[in-house]
Parts: sequence; structure tokens; C-alpha cells
Amino acid sequence: MTTVENSATRVDNSKTPVVLGGTRGGPDQPTLRTDRWWLAPVITVAILSSFVVYATWAAFVNKDYYAGASMHRDLISPFYSPCLTQGCITSGASIGGHVLSWWTISPALLILIFPLGFRMTCYYYRRAYYRSFWWAPPACSVSDAHKSYSGESKFPLIMQNVHRYFFYFGLIFNVLLTYDAIMAFREPGRGLGWGVSVGTLVLIVNAVLLWCYSLSCHACRHLCGGQVRSFSKHPIRAKLWKFVTPLNAKHMQFAWVSLFFVAFTDIYVRLVASGTITDFRLF
Amino acid sequence: MSDITMRVWRGDQNGGAFENYVMPKVEGEVILDVIHRIQATTAPDLAVRWNCKAGKCGSCSAEINGKPRLLCMTRVDQLPEGEPVTVTPMRTFPVIRDLATDVSFNFEMARKVPAFNPIPKPEEGYRMQQIDVERGQEFRKCIECFMCQDVCHVIRDHEENKPKYAGPRFFIRYAELEMHPLDTNDRRELVREKMGLGMCNITKCCTEVCPEHIKITDNAIIPLKERVVDADFDPVAWLGRKILRRTKRTSEEAAVQPD
Ligand code: SF4
Ligand code: SF4
Ligand code: FES
Ligand code: FES
Repeated sequence: MTTVENSATRVDNSKTPVVLGGTRGGPDQPTLRTDRWWLAPVITVAILSSFVVYATWAAFVNKDYYAGASMHRDLISPFYSPCLTQGCITSGASIGGHVLSWWTISPALLILIFPLGFRMTCYYYRRAYYRSFWWAPPACSVSDAHKSYSGESKFPLIMQNVHRYFFYFGLIFNVLLTYDAIMAFREPGRGLGWGVSVGTLVLIVNAVLLWCYSLSCHACRHLCGGQVRSFSKHPIRAKLWKFVTPLNAKHMQFAWVSLFFVAFTDIYVRLVASGTITDFRLF
Repeated sequence: MSDITMRVWRGDQNGGAFENYVMPKVEGEVILDVIHRIQATTAPDLAVRWNCKAGKCGSCSAEINGKPRLLCMTRVDQLPEGEPVTVTPMRTFPVIRDLATDVSFNFEMARKVPAFNPIPKPEEGYRMQQIDVERGQEFRKCIECFMCQDVCHVIRDHEENKPKYAGPRFFIRYAELEMHPLDTNDRRELVREKMGLGMCNITKCCTEVCPEHIKITDNAIIPLKERVVDADFDPVAWLGRKILRRTKRTSEEAAVQPD
């Protein structure tokens, strides 16, 4: 029987010199691409900036984020959930109560830190904003706009490595928003006290999309099972990994759709709460 | 049939320029065919590297209209009709002549990858389950065309990063080894400290150009980055290691080549 020798003569190869320099081929131009490579970064900048502008506005207005008993509804905007102020406690929608009665400016400012951090450190959004805002690189085989480059290996970008902690917080928020979606079936002071309205569906779709976004996260895939060396020794983790992997392949789509839908849900609740539209009752 | 204008970069270490060749179009041809026709007619000294003409040897990598492509797998009719076709050598590596580049940077980086270092052979011999075999299979499709290395802006736009950056082709090799159930090495510190994993900003150009459609970023680089988080940036994982008295290998320890 033969055994593999692991310890015989060993060479330290970590210091092999790389030959540098030499003239490169092709003309000295930022790119030779002739297609519309700038279109994708432009669209990304437009969408992400509009979202940031809208979210900032929505976070500061601090009103119309809740449609409560006076409207026979129990709908809360995802930007203001969990409900931390007195504005919505009478309903019992969301968890939290008026724990922060001393906090006088918009509670959304406290809440949004978490989803914002989650998305800012998301591997997909990183790709999107590194390309479109930071131009490193703006598109493939188009020169990046920086003299020197160290990527995510130094401060501050090395902080992107906290992403999995934002993922954990994201899960807590998903639970809260799922709770809100269930509460959206309530119709206080009317008939049986429950029913389904367009608002109910909006909150449910929003919660489902946020779950899809979180479960398709790369950190989630790693923590589920990607981490292990041997799938056969960890069959349950291998199963979890197999479950999230197809979702992970759609992470980019979930990232965009859930972003749109969160904003849409906020707009919808806002329109209902301000009395601009009535939340149509389905059954 | 109409003509096709080929703008081919010709030159060497002393510089170069574009030359135009107008060739009659032939149904069903790939760019390599047209280059061969140029060689056979007007420019017998035009240098181009190729072998299989089937997209499997990875020799004919160059840039067509500014994008890394295999010359033998790019059909003329896929390119915009009526416009000249620009063909240049890979930008990231020193040019030898015309379309042939010196890709030895990649072989240096290949040598630095600490080889597979398996557990001692058990009585009944090595055994691997299908589920573990399948996991690394995708990475073995690599044909070493080095277009992912070529497109990666970390070295394409920053020559000075080359000594400390393995590049996407080798990140898939590191990932494959780290996911191998029989391997005993731990290369996480090595990829972080010496191989520049942190410099990759997951912008996915490597995945976009890979002719084998390997999901380099999603299936190799991000999993490696997450492993590095386990090793270096996650306080809970750090505490777990302290309690269980687990150690990780330093980059020097990991870099040692087994026999
Ligand atoms: S994803 Fe990373 S390795 Fe791939 S091209 Fe972009 S920076 Fe380079
Ligand atoms: S990973 Fe893909 S692009 Fe990179 S060398 Fe291998 S086959 Fe070529
Ligand atoms: S949420 Fe996008 S990778 Fe984690
Ligand atoms: S000649 Fe072999 S890949 Fe193109």
C-alpha cells in the first residue's frame, strides 16, 4: 500500500518573482469598444439616485406612513416599520409600541440604516455602484478612472466584509415586514374585522420579494452550506445550499425588483394614508 | 457577397499601428478564418496564435472591437454589419508580435498556487462522493484562454498590481482546492495577503468574457471572499475558533508546496 508523503522536500513558492513591464499591444486608448457600453452605468446611476432621493424624502416627511383604524385598515409603510412612535400604536400594527417616545424626528431615519447597510454592502449592488458611480471600471474593457487602485483590500472598502451581519439584521426586518403583511389582512371596525384589499396584496408581495432578496444573498448561500469543504459529510447543509443556489443565481433580479417594490409599497401606503386614493377592498 | 474591412493592430515591443485589410466576406466564417485569409494573401508575416479552431485550446484569445474574444469562436455575422472589425492583441499582457502576447504572467501565478495536498491515503483508498465531485467540476472546464485575466481591470489598468494579484483564472483554482473534501491545506490567508483577493471588486467582467461560461465571480470569487470573512473579519467565527482551539494557516504555511 502506498501513502502520499505530505512532508518531504517543500519549496516556498509564495515569493516567485513576476516579470513586469513590456510594451502592451494595441493603441493607448481607454477603450476600443464601439457599442453603447455607457448605457448600463447611466441607467444604474439614474435608478439608484432616484431611489435615494425618494427614500430620503420619504424618511424625512414623517407622516402618512400608516393607514389605521379610521380607514378600517392596518397598513404600514416598510420605511417606518417596526413602528417606533405613537403614530401607529393604537392599531397594534407592527411590533415596537412607543418605545421611543423621546425620539421626535422621523423614526425612518433609525430604521433605514439597516436595509440601507444591507443593500450598500450587497455583492450585487457593490458591482452596480462600483461600475456606475465609481467607474472602476465603468464597463468591461473600458479603462477605470483611477490612478491607483486597491479595491476592497484597504479601509474603507474593506468594511464591505461586514455584509453578513447586515444580512442577519435583514432577516429580522423580513420577519417584521411579514408580520405587517399578515396584519394587513385586518380591517378594524368593519364586518368580520378582516378582509383582503389591494393594500394587503401589496404588503404581501413586498414581504415575499424581500425574502427572495435575502435568501438569494451570497452570504446566505455561504452560511447555508457554501462554507463546508465536504457536502457528503454535511448532507443537511448541502441540501440548504442546493435550495438557495438557484435563488442566488437570480440575486440581481431580486435586488432590482425588491428595490422597486419597497418604494412602490411606501408610495401606495402613503397615498392611502393621506386619503389621496382609497384602498380598494377585494373580498 | 460584400466586403469586410479588418483593422488589425500590427506591431511589437517597439510599438505599432493599425493596418486595414479589405477582404471579401465568406458565408459562415469566424474572425480567425479571415485572419488566415489575410495571412494567405496580403500579409504572410501577420502573427496570430491558434491551435484547435474549436474554442477548446484557449490559444486564439485577442480583442475584437475592444472586447476579449476567441478569434475562432466569433462569427463574422455576429458583428455589426458594414462596420470595420477591429482586432487587437490582449491588452493586459506584453505584446510579442501583432496578435500574439506573452502570457507568462499567468504561468507565474499558476506556479504559486499551492498544489492539492490530500489527507494520508486511508486503508480502503481515496473515496469521493459524487456530490463533492460535481462541485468542482465547473472550474475544471477552464481552457486557460486568460481572457478573464485580460479583462480584469485590477491588472489591465494597473500594471503595478500584477505581482500581488493572482487573477480570476487562479481564484477559481484556489476555490476548487478549498472546496475539495480531501485537501488539507487552508489557503485563506494566502489569497487575502498575497494573492490580492481583496482587490477584486466583483464587477464580474471575468464572468462576462469566459468562453466556458464559468460563473467565476458567483461560484469562486465570492465564496472565497466569504471564506476570508470567516478567517479574518467575523468576530463570531473568531470566537468559535478560540473556543474550539482551531487554527488557520498563515500565508507562508499555506504557500508551501507539497511534494
Ligand atoms: S470580478 Fe474581480 S476578478 Fe473578475 S474581472 Fe472583476 S475585479 Fe477582476
Ligand atoms: S476561467 Fe474562463 S476566461 Fe478565464 S482562463 Fe478559464 S476559460 Fe478563460
Ligand atoms: S444581499 Fe446581495 S449579496 Fe447579500
Ligand atoms: S484556436 Fe483553440 S480556442 Fe481558438
